[in-house]
Amino acid sequence: MKQLILFVMVLLTWQHAARADLTIEITEGVEGALPIAVVPFGWQGKERPLEDVAEIIGADLHRSGRFKTLPQVDMLARPTTGDEVEFRDWRGLGVDNLVVGQVQPNGVSGYIVRFQLFDVYRGEQLTGYNIPTTGPNLRTTAHRIADLIHEKLLGIPGAFATRVAYITSVNEPGGQGEPRIDLRIADADGHNPQTIVSSSEPLISPAWSPDGRKIAYVSFEEGQSAIYIQEVFTGRRQKLTSYKGINGAPAWSPDGRKLAMALSKDGNLDIHVYDLASGSLKPITRHYAIDTEPAWSPDGRYIVFTSDRGGKPQIYRTPSYGGKAERITFQNSYNARASYAPDGKSLTLVTREEGNYRIAVQDLESGVMQVLSRGNLDESPSFAPNSSMIIYASKAGHRGVLAAVSVDGRVRQRLALQEGDVREPIWSPFEK
Amino acid sequence: MNNLIIRWIPLILSLVLLAGCTSKPARDAGAEVSEQSTGATSSEAGGEGYDSAMTSAASQGAEWYGDPLEDPNSPLATRVIYFDYDQSTIRMDYRDVVRAHAEYLAVNPQVVVRIEGHADERGTREYNLGLGESRANSIRSLLMAEGVADGQMIMVSYGEERAASYEHNEEAWALNRRVELVY
Repeated sequence: MKQLILFVMVLLTWQHAARADLTIEITEGVEGALPIAVVPFGWQGKERPLEDVAEIIGADLHRSGRFKTLPQVDMLARPTTGDEVEFRDWRGLGVDNLVVGQVQPNGVSGYIVRFQLFDVYRGEQLTGYNIPTTGPNLRTTAHRIADLIHEKLLGIPGAFATRVAYITSVNEPGGQGEPRIDLRIADADGHNPQTIVSSSEPLISPAWSPDGRKIAYVSFEEGQSAIYIQEVFTGRRQKLTSYKGINGAPAWSPDGRKLAMALSKDGNLDIHVYDLASGSLKPITRHYAIDTEPAWSPDGRYIVFTSDRGGKPQIYRTPSYGGKAERITFQNSYNARASYAPDGKSLTLVTREEGNYRIAVQDLESGVMQVLSRGNLDESPSFAPNSSMIIYASKAGHRGVLAAVSVDGRVRQRLALQEGDVREPIWSPFEK
Repeated sequence: MNNLIIRWIPLILSLVLLAGCTSKPARDAGAEVSEQSTGATSSEAGGEGYDSAMTSAASQGAEWYGDPLEDPNSPLATRVIYFDYDQSTIRMDYRDVVRAHAEYLAVNPQVVVRIEGHADERGTREYNLGLGESRANSIRSLLMAEGVADGQMIMVSYGEERAASYEHNEEAWALNRRVELVY
């Protein structure tokens, strides 16, 4: 565990910090992060676009912990096309890779963003694109460029052009009553937070549909738990189940046609699968113990879930059409809320280690569990869609904060809300 | 039901004695009954609250009118039952409290109680929702065994979502692992 604390307290404050943005702080980066320069993009037109594309790309790459970005003040020149690049200068600055680009007006309100990525030592272009976009989508375009650079240089696509759903709890000013609970969605860099549900009663367990267009969640707004599905872009929602007892832990099947859920309508908590087209409900487990927190394998063949049928909560796996459940966690006396990595090779879960609740990854082939987080009340782990990072809920003092850790434990981030608690982060799938 | 009447006999007896202006409470009555007697005595000075209950009980012999739920000295005043970590079995020290609620509900079949299960913040939210429900189920089972009708009980689990204490320490967790009986 020889980790170098490279970027202690590098606080990225955002332009619109006055809003309820999440701020992201990199608490640990990688020793030997790739040095890269992202030169401010050129602009050919009258009114400058509101977003600084190069700054967004640079911030994404920096935040991943895998890149060391050259500060703009250290740049000797500001080329905007490959022809203008003097590679020797950049070699002298110790930069391995270079990104240059331009934003051009396109039609009435559109833009074309051109960028080129160079290998400075070989003096070669590695990739380059012209991407048409619009003003409101400029940030997303910048995130997509960062994704492409990440993929070209590290071999796996970035997950910058994704979003995170999370729950916030904020006490009303001077209020004595229950806090206001919101379900929000923000870009993966914390920008553009939007509240999609707000309630004075608990909201828990948000879950993205595989196409990223819907979110299932549990709301207590009617005095007891009920599962809802809400369309992210229209706000339209549907109450799916409100059986007697618990209606909890919704989990989408990989094809988006079914939801696994935990229901106690028959007296105690069991896993059921709800078919969205037919509305039919099929019990998957029948056991007097607590069975909850189902999650599908990416191929849809299995469902893992938490059960205390052995006395303590552990993770079990059953075929997704029902059948015999086998226990798959054996290390530590408390393991819960497992979910699969998008590549299907591992699970992330909450484990109790020496009285602390922490985020772990268990390799499915070897069964080896590795604890990644260091808090004492960590929970709700969720993989990034490129399987590289895990976002989870943690505590900083008395406040609920979000944190992220790379699967190898080398990169760590903390995401904090200006006020109140933030919890239950769920990373969106790649947009399709 | 028989069991119920037997359990209330000392109290009823003491009330009858009080109605007859006896200055001494019955000796076998036990601590809680003595407390009741004190209440009745003070009510002679024009107090309200317990005296209607006392008078009715005395005059009709076997009925308990009024609202014992309002009596701070009754075991019914205990509405929160605490649990051990990751456990949903009712601790021995709370069994009498739950039985007192059962007796009250059994003789007042029109009364509905809401049984709210809660958990401390440690561990996962949905598992804690399950744990809160298990705790509520334990209370429900004991109430049913003591003669309470199914329709008198509404169950809800809030898991860790409605903390009684927002601190993050053993004391707070002990306060949050609970079932609340809401009348």
